[in-house]
Amino acid sequence: MKAISWIVVSLLVLGVLLAACAAPAPPEEGEAAPSVTGARIQTILDRGKVICGCNAELPGFGYLNPAGDFEGFDVDFCKAIAAAVFGDATAVEYRPLTAAERLPALQTGEIDVLIRNTTWTLTRDAVNEVDWAAVTFYDGQGMMVPVATGWTSLDDMEGATVCSTTGTTTEMNLADAFRSRGLDYTPLLFEKTQDTATAYEEGRCDGQTSDKSQLAALRSAMENPADHVILDVTMSKEPLGPLTAHGDNKWNDVVRWVVWGMMQAEESGVSSANVDQMLSSDDPTVKRLLGVEGEMGSSLGIPNDFVVQIVKQVGNYGEVYNRWLGPDGLNIPRGPNELWTNGGLLYAMAFR
Amino acid sequence: MSTFRDERFLRIVGQIAFAAAVVLFALWCLGNYRARGLSFSFAFLQDEASFDLAEGMAFSPIDPYWKAFIVGLVNTIKVAILGIILATILGTITGVARLSTNWLISNIASVYIEIIRNTPLLVQLFFIYFAVALKLPELRDRLVLPGPIFLSNRGIHLVWWRPTASFTWWVPFWIVALVAAVGIYLWRVRLEGRRRRPVSRLPWAFLALVIPLIGWLLVPGNPLYADKPAVEGLKVVGGTSVSPEFAAILFGLVIYTGAFIAEVVRAGIMAVPRGQTEAARAQGFTEMQILRLIVLPQAIRIIIPPLISQYLNLTKNSSLAIAIGFLDLYAVSNTMLNQSGRIVEVFIMVMAAYLSMSLTISLIMNVANRRLAMVER
Repeated sequence: MKAISWIVVSLLVLGVLLAACAAPAPPEEGEAAPSVTGARIQTILDRGKVICGCNAELPGFGYLNPAGDFEGFDVDFCKAIAAAVFGDATAVEYRPLTAAERLPALQTGEIDVLIRNTTWTLTRDAVNEVDWAAVTFYDGQGMMVPVATGWTSLDDMEGATVCSTTGTTTEMNLADAFRSRGLDYTPLLFEKTQDTATAYEEGRCDGQTSDKSQLAALRSAMENPADHVILDVTMSKEPLGPLTAHGDNKWNDVVRWVVWGMMQAEESGVSSANVDQMLSSDDPTVKRLLGVEGEMGSSLGIPNDFVVQIVKQVGNYGEVYNRWLGPDGLNIPRGPNELWTNGGLLYAMAFR
Repeated sequence: MSTFRDERFLRIVGQIAFAAAVVLFALWCLGNYRARGLSFSFAFLQDEASFDLAEGMAFSPIDPYWKAFIVGLVNTIKVAILGIILATILGTITGVARLSTNWLISNIASVYIEIIRNTPLLVQLFFIYFAVALKLPELRDRLVLPGPIFLSNRGIHLVWWRPTASFTWWVPFWIVALVAAVGIYLWRVRLEGRRRRPVSRLPWAFLALVIPLIGWLLVPGNPLYADKPAVEGLKVVGGTSVSPEFAAILFGLVIYTGAFIAEVVRAGIMAVPRGQTEAARAQGFTEMQILRLIVLPQAIRIIIPPLISQYLNLTKNSSLAIAIGFLDLYAVSNTMLNQSGRIVEVFIMVMAAYLSMSLTISLIMNVANRRLAMVER
């Protein structure tokens, strides 16, 4: 008798619980994320440093070097944001994240900004409730194969096993690319980029697919980089850039103008070498860019000379690119990542 | 006496208060979730997955998400069942070996148990996968064992027997053989009762295998044919295959859990009073008979409860498979939640799936435990 009454009570409770879960009221529009909106920039200023989500195992983009410091193209944008907000490029706390962890970390507010070679897609923008600020690198998905195979295109890869990293857009692009060509293939997925590369290098798969920049980075770390070739095939568009949590436009604005400031600096010929001389330039665009004239920075809620600090401490876009991805780094041709004035896609909005 | 002193009443109130707290907590979580502008829905399960899965059941990118989840679930169950069976065999043998009076055997068992128990499973999996499975020669330089069995870093490809048209004629022979085997076994059991001393039973039952052998000769053509593997382009066609990822996760889990089960078995055997062994020996039982008829039947009652924990551990540890590229439930879910953006929903599904598997194992083992429980006299 006693036992039965306990069961009844438990079932009732369970029922209430299920009912609460199963009958979701439609989310009220317009009052989304009140706890996030606008508050982030103040939180960051109070904290005194920017928390930046980044990659820790991708040489050239986000990499934890043997000395224990984060470095790379993406990491330099973290530094640029810190330089813009605090005038100190070292005021950054890095959070190394895996591909799967990165978006939840941003949604839950654990990090302020995510700069971890993340592709801008509609689904992520809409469903994951995150906002891209700008595109820092136009990438495309490629395929790396051993030189010894003699392959030149995907059509040579009938029946191949292809390694890639789980939790990325590459899985779906891979499926699309092989399916549209009517080719049979076997995918093999790993959680960590480094494990994917190891499995490929050990010959477990015939090819490895990822963003071309990433393939170049991984190839550079292989035992014999010359034994591997990145095919001249682009399977998808992969625009990469920094993201902020959804709905926080004020903070998102800061991040995007930091990126555009670096592009505009390159376009206007402002570099870390000449930024002090440029302060006395007569060019009105340069004057506004460097905060000599106008209220560009203050209207964003950060110091007026934010571009000066970025260029001085980190460099303009071109300098950052050359440092990590240029001939001294991974040696990736600038291609679409050239300024629009040089036939590329980089186009900063107007500093006015 | 007021009702507030009534123990039963207080218990019920306590339960209701706790339940209310749980419900409020869940609602609070849901509210927070909504406040961040996120929606909660499982409707995405019907959408096209648009990724590929290569391990286990056939799956194509146009299949829906829920089917991907099933593929992962089946892969996990496959690893768990095979793992539990093999780990139990390995653990029992090692546990008995550790108690052996033979110095070499007991020390080999001790070294195995101590090394495996005291190093992390993830490290062992990496070792088995990257340092053993992937170090096998490439497919074009494959090792060919008789059979043929191909060994390469693309996996193990071996000959497989497939039914032909005459297979249906052969099936009745197996049914007759099964009935005969059961009959022989029951006859031996009765004989044991009449003679009042142990007689061998299973070896006799296997005599029934003669029937299908006769059937093979009588049936027109061969009921089975050997499907041999052959390399064609970049892949192997024919036969059956075991991927390096599956082999690595299975062996990794078996070797790891086997060490723990060995200790459980050893503890169970040592808990059987010495007098039992001595009495059996005094009555002229051989050492093998003592183990089989006196010690193990008593030890198993002590072994089962801790064994349940080991089985649960093995099942849950299989989620480490993602590290070495095996598409288990967790690995597939990881892909699902990334492609769909439905992180909370997918994690709820994953937790529910592991919980159901664990509860099922507990249920089965508890039933076994109750049936074998010691009847005190």
